[in-house]
Amino acid sequence: MASILLKLKAKVERPLDAYVISPDVFAGKSLEEIKNLEMWQGNKKVKLGELFDVSGEVGQKADDVSITMEGDLSKARRIGKQMMSGKIFVDGNAGLYVGDGMKGGEIHVKGNADSWLGFEMKGGMIEVEGDARDFVGAGYRGSKNGMSGGTITIKGRAGSEVGCFMKDGIIRVNGDIGLHTGIHMQGGTILVFGDADGRMGSQMTGGKVIVAGKVPDILPSFLIDDVKPNVKVGADKIAGPFYSFTGDMMEGGNGKVFVAVQKNEHLKKKEAYIL
Amino acid sequence: MELLIKNGVVYDPKNGIDGEVMDVAIRDKKVVDRVDESKAYVIDASNKLIMPGGVDLHSHIAGPKCNIGRMLRPEDHYKDVEPRTQVKRSGVGYSVPSSFTIGYRYAILGYTTVFEPANPPLKMLHCHHEFRDIPILDKGCFVMFGNNWFVMEYLRDNKLDECAAYVAWTLDATKGYAIKIVDPGCVEAWKWGDVEFLDILWGRPEEIDEPVPRFGVTSREIVRGLCKVNKLLNLPHPIHVHANGLGTPGNYQTTIDTMDCVKDLAEEDRPAIHMTHVQFNGYAGSDWITIRSGAHEIMKYVNANKHVTIDLGQVIFTDTTTMTGDGPFEYKLHLLTKNKWTNADVESEEGAGLVPIHYKKSNFVHATMWTIGLELALLAKDPWRIFMTTDHPNGGPFTHYPRAITWLMSKEARKRTLDKISKRARSRSDLDNMDREYSFYEIAIATRAANARILGLKDKGHLGVGADADVAIYDINPREVDQSRDYKKVRKALSKAAFTIKEGEIVVKDGDIVKSIEGRTYWVKPNLPSDLMNAITSDLTKKFRDYYTVEMENFKIHDRFVTRSTPMPTYYG
Repeated sequence: MASILLKLKAKVERPLDAYVISPDVFAGKSLEEIKNLEMWQGNKKVKLGELFDVSGEVGQKADDVSITMEGDLSKARRIGKQMMSGKIFVDGNAGLYVGDGMKGGEIHVKGNADSWLGFEMKGGMIEVEGDARDFVGAGYRGSKNGMSGGTITIKGRAGSEVGCFMKDGIIRVNGDIGLHTGIHMQGGTILVFGDADGRMGSQMTGGKVIVAGKVPDILPSFLIDDVKPNVKVGADKIAGPFYSFTGDMMEGGNGKVFVAVQKNEHLKKKEAYIL
Repeated sequence: MELLIKNGVVYDPKNGIDGEVMDVAIRDKKVVDRVDESKAYVIDASNKLIMPGGVDLHSHIAGPKCNIGRMLRPEDHYKDVEPRTQVKRSGVGYSVPSSFTIGYRYAILGYTTVFEPANPPLKMLHCHHEFRDIPILDKGCFVMFGNNWFVMEYLRDNKLDECAAYVAWTLDATKGYAIKIVDPGCVEAWKWGDVEFLDILWGRPEEIDEPVPRFGVTSREIVRGLCKVNKLLNLPHPIHVHANGLGTPGNYQTTIDTMDCVKDLAEEDRPAIHMTHVQFNGYAGSDWITIRSGAHEIMKYVNANKHVTIDLGQVIFTDTTTMTGDGPFEYKLHLLTKNKWTNADVESEEGAGLVPIHYKKSNFVHATMWTIGLELALLAKDPWRIFMTTDHPNGGPFTHYPRAITWLMSKEARKRTLDKISKRARSRSDLDNMDREYSFYEIAIATRAANARILGLKDKGHLGVGADADVAIYDINPREVDQSRDYKKVRKALSKAAFTIKEGEIVVKDGDIVKSIEGRTYWVKPNLPSDLMNAITSDLTKKFRDYYTVEMENFKIHDRFVTRSTPMPTYYG
């Protein structure tokens, strides 16, 4: 695989729309052509070569391109927009909308990612070593079409409203998670190994939210159905036991929220309502 | 400025010109007999199609509804962004674009006159504000009267003259153009939350003889009354009716009843009623499972009765926003689709609602709706009484007009779409057996000439001497192209006009805006006998004091708010 290195020359002060940084755009271009790619910074157009030192070699096909980015890119948004294949490594923080509408390929972020990670994602894989902020795998404001495929793995924490309007795919969060996990969710799976701030699955109509850590409470519009020894996520089985809830009844939904039994003794009283 | 368009293939149905190669001469905003070729700016239009500038009589382009649509749908803006250029302002929006963008996109399609079909009197000021921001197009707005307290009470008490005086006063005060009737009576009942009445609404399409609670007047009486008022005031456009029971299986009978109820009021030479977006009102069957097309029944009536004109409300398979003054229907649509919705209550006048919808080919009901629109058009015997619209944005954004036109012009284009739609819808439709293909001449009628005629705009929709110099030039030779087979070529040409000329100025060149000018606002100024006006003054003052949130004096819209105000005087009696 041909690897290309983009090294940030100076700190990015103003927001940068980095939608051209994608293997599909780079494939088959010379280094000089890549340096001349235009993008928006603030209200001005800049060339990629003005901001980055570009070195390495470029593959002819997108799945043969691996892009490594060095420096603090927390002001750069839409990295890997609509990418179909290939790889992107961000050796630091990444900004908003990483993997916007991505259909395939891989994105690895060493640092933290900002909000809207995997925004309207359709396929592929995103891995974040650090934390991610809000609206992971969500759809655009007002849209009913969230993430519809692919995998997002966050090794650190994630913020609020993760998987908003999500339709399919898997989001794994190793750390803790904020409020309203899986809000409006229609399908797919969100797996949280840490603790949740609560209100999981509000207004969900389908899909699964699994919390292996502590939760403050379950929304009153969720009904308990059972205690399950384990839960399936893709090909894996997550060992439990888990309380299984169905909801959101306010929406006539058939979503599932699974909460680990061991860490949530305060939910024990709900067992009385199992039919 | 003088302009000469040379050697184009001209379609001008009003003057009987059917694809003749000829010149069009323009001087000072008008079409003239000839200009001096050496001095004039010459456009070589050889092998190009020339039509009068398009006229659309039903397209929701302005008013509070559109703005609510913009607020409701951020995701609609996100997917369609129009950057600023030297002459254009930037804008966003696919189904509900920004005001400026609406003007530009219509001009690129070769349209120059568009009428906003539904605003309650109280919101007309907003509408005029938005008109100011829609460049290039000549505009006008119909005012809704179908659920108005004044109107319903006057009609209940058989005070026709007073009703006429009220309508005339309102049109003058709010600078409106025609009488629009939306779901007469039912929106008022919905606003009161009338459960018994609404049971009728949900269960089966309304009968037009059901009295409206609290007002005791039926839909039939409202439509008939306003039709009589329209005649008394000699308004240029007949009553523009969105019939009861829209979007309910079995409603075609209500539509026919509504058309039939004003049959005896018709004069020989003019239509008495315009039924709008009939596709939404043309469903047979008893529920969403048994729904089928009622186009045959409706067109049988329309073909036999000259007092009716209709427009299609063709459905396009795309993601769009429905917006109508018919609040109860939108609530019903929200229950069906589970999409977000909003409703509005405009004091003692009207209501409204909005719901986003995505028309899908695979959906049996959506596909059936699509077939109904086309069947209506293909069954029409007189193209002068049927107009091509998508009821923008209810059936689909107006930017898809070329697509709808090619469906009418090419059996092949219809077949290509029929192959992809729900099989059940296809098997229940007659569309497969319909061989008719609209000619360019008939398209010029259905998108321009007939629309201008029914709107009463004498200088629009034709290219005779004295007409407004609104011309659309498309880069296609209608004499050579095989419209049936090469429908994609036709669609491409109609999507981007080679030139659009508005009032003698070139505004579009090669599908791009090159100049942005202000359009006119048409409104009617009925002249009333003063004794009639005096008769309603006390009623007006009382109602405004008792029920309105605005003072009567503030309700009137000053001329200075109206862009290039163009009043059309009419006379009582």
